[in-house]
Amino acid sequence: MKYLDEYRDPALAHRILDKIAEACGERSELAAIMEVCGTHTMSIARAGLRSLLGENLRLLSGPGCPVCVTPNDYLDRAIAIARQRDAIIATFGDMMKVPGSSSSLYQERGNGARIEMVYSPLDALKIAEQNPLNKVIFLGVGFETTAPTVAATLAKARADGVKNFFVLCGHKIVPPALFALVNDPELKLDGFLCPGHVSAIIGSRPYEFIARDYGLPCVIAGFEPLDILQGIWMILRQIIEKRGASVEIQYSRAVAAEGNPKAAAFMEKVFEPVDSIWRGLGKIPASGLAIKEEFGDWDAARVIQADVGETREPAGCICGMILRGVRLPMDCPLFRKTCTPENPVGACMVSSEGTCAAYYKYGNG
Amino acid sequence: MCLAVPMKIVELKDMEAIVELGGVRRSVSLTLLTEDTLQVGDYVIVHAGFAIQKLDDDDARERLILLKEMLELA
Repeated sequence: MKYLDEYRDPALAHRILDKIAEACGERSELAAIMEVCGTHTMSIARAGLRSLLGENLRLLSGPGCPVCVTPNDYLDRAIAIARQRDAIIATFGDMMKVPGSSSSLYQERGNGARIEMVYSPLDALKIAEQNPLNKVIFLGVGFETTAPTVAATLAKARADGVKNFFVLCGHKIVPPALFALVNDPELKLDGFLCPGHVSAIIGSRPYEFIARDYGLPCVIAGFEPLDILQGIWMILRQIIEKRGASVEIQYSRAVAAEGNPKAAAFMEKVFEPVDSIWRGLGKIPASGLAIKEEFGDWDAARVIQADVGETREPAGCICGMILRGVRLPMDCPLFRKTCTPENPVGACMVSSEGTCAAYYKYGNG
Repeated sequence: MCLAVPMKIVELKDMEAIVELGGVRRSVSLTLLTEDTLQVGDYVIVHAGFAIQKLDDDDARERLILLKEMLELA
């Protein structure tokens, strides 16, 4: 097992597609399934699965791209801090080109700000240790997959006594956003393809309310084409067999029902839930993570003053509606015209996992 | 952002492992896993410099066989 090639077998994929077509044929109405996770969105686009699934099945992209749902005021604050003389911003590459209200980190770097792209929060901690006279601010953005890595890094910073390392915490958690979506009267869904790597941490239980209270099937799926197709097939079978919606794990090689308790414990030690604003979805109760007071000395929001100007969202951009699954990129008047990956207007075009970027790069399929 | 890849452990030392995928090797932190269950040769899911989960080899094999059976029978 190498865990990649085995799940890319075209012959098997076509056989699952036949089963999906068969299952769709048993229903007269169209089935709408939301793939919540941006990594799913990208895999689906790359493999061209949308066009292979036929007209009776609609895959909608959800709010599962952390960069896309991060509101402008977070970015504006990061940019304001980047302009401070002794600051070094360390960030995942995805955040670089996202336009804030009046600038982007990429532009700021061009203007002389010190902004380092890192692969891991541990790399950011290393930069802090190598630059004791600077403040190093890591941009903590991401869901439950990423939050434990930042929590573990903060715990290490405290244990090692690194005083010039800070996290600007913009982490969010997925289940409260799904709660907001299932209560959105504009959105009619028949099931959720739940995120694989978020679930590797949180397990399957946090989705149970969706199946129990809203009767919607949930399948936690992996990211290779066979994983995604099998996940869709499992959702359709739940719908057709009418045996009551449940949460199933397709990606069981990486996801246990209880998740990863050690990683979850790290999150709990360092972060606490707060209300949080999602681009497109607005304020969702207890959907964000803030750094606990115990770790307050490493919290950029508490320690580092920043003069953040007025926050504006880009005019004409419908990112918000795309993130809720009620519009497609082609519905946006800016898509492929003024908004392109080279010159993005909205976050969904910037992130490698953004819905608009996926549609731009791979077409509508 | 939640992109994470399966990589093979080729070396274990304390809370770190050297992992490999397609000839590329890198060091990852094992802080988020229960390290005493890990062995050289195991696959882990790697995200942002951390192993976030060990892959269950038996489960993966069984599931693939099961999927093929379901496609034949269903």
